[in-house]
Amino acid sequence: MPNASAFERLPCRPQVRVTVFVEGAPVEMQAHDSAAAAVLAAGLLPSRTTPAGDSPRAPYCLMGACFECLVEIDGAPNQQGCMIPVRDGMRIRRQYGARDMHGEGPHGDA
Amino acid sequence: MATPDYDLIIIGAGPAGMAAAVEAGQQGLRCALLDEQEEAGGQIYRAIGRTPLKDEHILGDDYYHGRDLLHAFEHAGTDYRPGTTVWGVEDDLSLDVSRQGRSQRLRTRRLLVATGAQERPVPFPGWTLPGVMTGGAAQILLKSSAMAPPGPIVLAGSGPLLLLVAAQLARAGVSVEALLDTTPRGNWRRAARHLAGALRNPRLLAKGLGLLWEIRRGAIPHLKGVDDLEALSRDGERMTHLRYRQGGHSQERECQTLLVHQGVVPNVQLTRALELAHDWDETQQCWRPRLDAWGETSRPGVFVAGDSGGIAGAQAAEEAGRLAALAIAEQLERIDASARDRLASPLRRRLAPQLAIRPFLDMLYQPARRFLVPEDDTIVCRCEEVTAGELRRIADAGCRGPNQAKAFCRAGMGPCQGRLCGLTVSQVIADQCSEPVDAVGYYHIRPPIKPLSLGELASLNEPDITTRN
Ligand SMILES: Cc1cc2nc3c(=O)[nH]c(=O)nc-3n(C[C@H](O)[C@H](O)[C@H](O)COP(=O)(O)OP(=O)(O)OC[C@H]3O[C@@H](n4cnc5c(N)ncnc54)[C@H](O)[C@@H]3O)c2cc1C
Ligand code: FES
Repeated sequence: MPNASAFERLPCRPQVRVTVFVEGAPVEMQAHDSAAAAVLAAGLLPSRTTPAGDSPRAPYCLMGACFECLVEIDGAPNQQGCMIPVRDGMRIRRQYGARDMHGEGPHGDA
Repeated sequence: MATPDYDLIIIGAGPAGMAAAVEAGQQGLRCALLDEQEEAGGQIYRAIGRTPLKDEHILGDDYYHGRDLLHAFEHAGTDYRPGTTVWGVEDDLSLDVSRQGRSQRLRTRRLLVATGAQERPVPFPGWTLPGVMTGGAAQILLKSSAMAPPGPIVLAGSGPLLLLVAAQLARAGVSVEALLDTTPRGNWRRAARHLAGALRNPRLLAKGLGLLWEIRRGAIPHLKGVDDLEALSRDGERMTHLRYRQGGHSQERECQTLLVHQGVVPNVQLTRALELAHDWDETQQCWRPRLDAWGETSRPGVFVAGDSGGIAGAQAAEEAGRLAALAIAEQLERIDASARDRLASPLRRRLAPQLAIRPFLDMLYQPARRFLVPEDDTIVCRCEEVTAGELRRIADAGCRGPNQAKAFCRAGMGPCQGRLCGLTVSQVIADQCSEPVDAVGYYHIRPPIKPLSLGELASLNEPDITTRN
């Protein structure tokens, strides 16, 4: 379960609320937040380990460049959390290793 | 070839792409704008249409300036397609785009790449640890989610954006323990030679000084001349503390969030995939596509505007986007050359001071050598965990460039496709072989430039897709 200090919310204009589940625990989010933001709001650090060396990682750039935010979303691995908006009821899990997205050929299946 | 769907497709809804779309609309071009984000704004104006932050003072006037541009863009008659990633471009300017797990092909007569910048990769010992993220990432959370990272927070690096993030956090009442400034002390002297150019843009200079003053007033300790930065972990899971040198002394400091930044560099993923000519920019220490005065690239009909064509900032991006749209309108015979030049002249007048200050800023904030060619045990390729030492070994064993490095040690083979290591791999190999970076070159980037599932490829309803690859 989440184990690091969580990111904090500053005073906001009224927002649409959604509930997502990070490693099974409910987390209150706002409609436009990304799945990576939910991971950080839950304090789920590390949020994945690398296939190359099992080393711990967490979202790094939040703009789609580094792919450190890969998590499992609703059962599908290798989802780029910072590019995916949260949905009510979304289930986010830590990803351990997981296959290389570009593994075998230029179009390796995610 | 089927008839094109559009006169112009613009990729990227930042200031460059939005301004280009507005101008294209005014010149009567049938124009689409694609952006992989769900909202227009690009990096600087991220979430501008709805930012959740209650206090507008936090992000400042320059951010809210984006509202006017967004408003103009929304009334430009553009076929705007948010949430659409461009992952490939064919020779005939067909674009392979993906939206919500489905791919599609779009055809256009002219293409404008306005995909912006990314933060320069900042390799140093410990930069892969959870708890380390970029200054830009913290700013993205602030703009789009009104979220602030947990303390103790330390900022480290160099460049105007780092100072801006420090000031924005301070305005939000988030306490920052220290700003570790790694700007090499010698940079001031070299930058001073370009002061005349900088003085042509007093507004931007004043803004920079204002940020420094805010940081001081916000009581953020601003430590200059910091060197040998390391992020460390006691539990092997997360960063717990930092080590660095300042004034000849080694220091340690507890830290939960380290925000790093060393400036921004063009996002060359698409321009490389298009196999456009690129040049190494020695002052900005990055690649840039070769452009003419209208932003046209080495491939006729393909234009680049904004920071993806060379870093010049948001204001310059707007002007460059409009200039490209005018040139395209002239090529497609909506206006003649004299009308184009007449409309371009006020844009060029506004662009000039934005470009004039660059040599000063670029020299002043050139990263320390250690971040460009890191020490042996520093990881360079985060995805495949390849260190600078391994790159030096394979260079000694005969590896002459980044593409060979992929075969030698898998550098650049991970999901980020070299976005976070490409610059460093080229620089380390060039340095080790005593060759210019230009001679060593860059990764060949091949589509898809974003990972796709096989199911998605199968969803491409174009019959010719089966013959690809
Ligand atoms: C993280 C970050 C934060 C920044 N913050 C500031 C700031 O606060 N103030 C400031 O003055 N400058 C900031 N900058 C500098 C910034 O580069 C410029 O100010 C400005 O945003 C550049 O405008 P642009 O139109 O060239 O590109 P951008 O504003 O970067 O817009 C590019 C757009 O292209 C889209 N895109 C990229 N690739 C694809 C693709 N393959 N398919 C579809 N869409 C794609 C992106 O989603 C993005 O919306 C920031 C830069 C970064 C990287
Ligand atoms: S955090 Fe870098 S790609 Fe998502």
